[in-house]
Amino acid sequence: MMADKIAFGKRLVTKEEYFSSGHRACVGCAEALAVRLACKALGPNVIIVNATGCMEVVSSQFPYTAWSVPWIHTLFENTAAVASGVEAGLKTMKRKGRWPGQEPQVVAMAGDGGTSDIGLQALSGALERGHDFLYICFDNEAYMNTGVQRSSATPFGAATTTSPAGKESIGQVTWKKNMPAIAAAHDIPYVATACPSYPFDLMDKVAKGVATPGPAYVHILSVCPTGWRCAPELAVEIGRLAVQTGIFPLYEIEGGQYKLNVKLSKLKPVTEYLKLQGRFGHLSEATIKEIQDRVDREYAKLMEKATAVAGSS
Amino acid sequence: MAKRVGIEVSLAIAEAAKLANVDVVSAYPITPQTHIVEHLAGLVADGELDAAFIPVESEHSAMSACLGASAVGARTFTASAGQGLELMHEVLYVASAMRLPMVMAVANRALSAPINIWGDHSDAMAVRDTGWIQIFAENGQQVVDNVLCSFRIAEDHRVLLPVMIHLDGFHLTHVIEPIYMPEQDEVDKFLPPPQYPLPLHPDKPLTMGAFGPPYIYTEMKKAQEANLTAAKEVILQCWQEFGSIFGRDYSPVEGYHSEQTKVLLLTMGSFSETAMEAIDKMRDDGKDVGLIRLRLWRPFPFAEIRQAVKNAEVLIVLDRAISFGGPGGPVCSEIRSALYNEDTRPKVIGFVGGLGGRDISVSGFEEIITRGIEIARTGSEQEFEMYGVRE
Repeated sequence: MMADKIAFGKRLVTKEEYFSSGHRACVGCAEALAVRLACKALGPNVIIVNATGCMEVVSSQFPYTAWSVPWIHTLFENTAAVASGVEAGLKTMKRKGRWPGQEPQVVAMAGDGGTSDIGLQALSGALERGHDFLYICFDNEAYMNTGVQRSSATPFGAATTTSPAGKESIGQVTWKKNMPAIAAAHDIPYVATACPSYPFDLMDKVAKGVATPGPAYVHILSVCPTGWRCAPELAVEIGRLAVQTGIFPLYEIEGGQYKLNVKLSKLKPVTEYLKLQGRFGHLSEATIKEIQDRVDREYAKLMEKATAVAGSS
Repeated sequence: MAKRVGIEVSLAIAEAAKLANVDVVSAYPITPQTHIVEHLAGLVADGELDAAFIPVESEHSAMSACLGASAVGARTFTASAGQGLELMHEVLYVASAMRLPMVMAVANRALSAPINIWGDHSDAMAVRDTGWIQIFAENGQQVVDNVLCSFRIAEDHRVLLPVMIHLDGFHLTHVIEPIYMPEQDEVDKFLPPPQYPLPLHPDKPLTMGAFGPPYIYTEMKKAQEANLTAAKEVILQCWQEFGSIFGRDYSPVEGYHSEQTKVLLLTMGSFSETAMEAIDKMRDDGKDVGLIRLRLWRPFPFAEIRQAVKNAEVLIVLDRAISFGGPGGPVCSEIRSALYNEDTRPKVIGFVGGLGGRDISVSGFEEIITRGIEIARTGSEQEFEMYGVRE
């Protein structure tokens, strides 16, 4: 057994790669790292349904493929619906004795645009219908594949090509859509946030999500050095700062109950996160303060929800 | 022995899908298609059909779920109409290009605006180039028979393409007809369970729907075109075998008093039956007129059409859809194009009518034929004429 694993401190991780090297992702792409880790957690008995986006483009250019598990890409906004069909199809065939072997897990993967914008309806439908599948949103906070256009997951103040900073604009003027809360509002059994800067936490959540009967949703913050205009070698560090500043807290929602996974006694100031990224380079002190206030407020609200659970248990 | 039953055509389609023992039905309600999927949902709820019924939140998702189900090898069925078919539009291209066999009944309906739930072929024509095999039915029996044939054609390993069966909204979907429903054991013999050659399965991982840059896209499209064109042979074989077992024959182009006839009318769908009445009446009056009914729309039956009209002097084509600012109706354009390089060919006169559920009566068809003959003789300043416009 040991020969199949790589020892990382107290944990053991499979050496098997299901999302292999040689794909065309940018240098420092934390999304590719997140996909790789997620696939390790999923293992081989899986069917992956992938939305159009960076990961589809970098991994599947004919005649090459980075995927050693069954994988299907069709369109942009329909990932959760295709996954619904895969799940219903294989379950029915299994029941009718026409599916040879073990029943695989169904996993949908999409970016933040494919999830929180164009694919939101299909996702909501699939969650509401209760299909047994895991949906993973790899959130790099803009339409990176088409050249860094804003999505509803782009954070306040970030400059993108369609929310540019200018004399009259601070960049994105809306606050990031809270997708995990939207997923949780469907009363699904498992929702979590993760970040590849916390690899064991990420893998645990993916494994837990896929093992959960019914729909599960994992939202993974994926640092994009190309779109965020940061140093590729800082991708893991920036992901960690997103968590440590409280901008992207790591938590789970099970049965409607929030649980913080990385508890912080004191949040780092948001400037530590913002200053490493060109997309925030134009921000004034006043705007940074606005962001800090919002993060403090949101984090306190989250703490309250998590504490309420701790208190009641 | 098959029983002949009086049944609403929509319900008969659902019963045919049940006879085909479908695994997955994914659908969204839209008039005039709803009775089909309501009945299927009922069959599943009553345990009469062992299938997953996915009540999706849109037609885009209905077709997308069909992609997923078909990709794991499940026998997959859906139905739609009008706006619903349009919402599916981009997904339809994926189903054919990814070689995912499935069957869809389309209860043909007009497109908005103004909103109109009644029948015409605007929806069908808008999805003409999606790469699906497309069959037009004239009555309920043809729809039922073609549901069974379509699964067999779609799943044939020489084909592996999705099939659309077009039937006129309300004119067919909502009428009760006497229909021979085949026996289950006959259907089981004719249509064994599907064996999709390359399903998504962990035992043999596949990458489906790869990214196809310019260096390969053209070759993929050439392969797709060759595949759809070659499917005609399989369709013909399937119809022939169906005929030998069930005693009802189908062909891509059907003639009615069309041999050696100088004036021909061409129609698609349920209007063909009314047109036949008009032909009978005019022939009783001593007029040399006949009818061509086009049943296979894709792949287009070039040879059969050329053969069917080669002795005619005038060919009048009725379209139930319009190509705005263009040559009139898509069917007429295609027929004209198919005949253009022939040494001898009839004059092709285009009419558009029967839009948004407007009926064309027997006398209406007589008027169209009479006017068509006149235009062939005198010419017209218009590329086509619209029949029955109130002025």
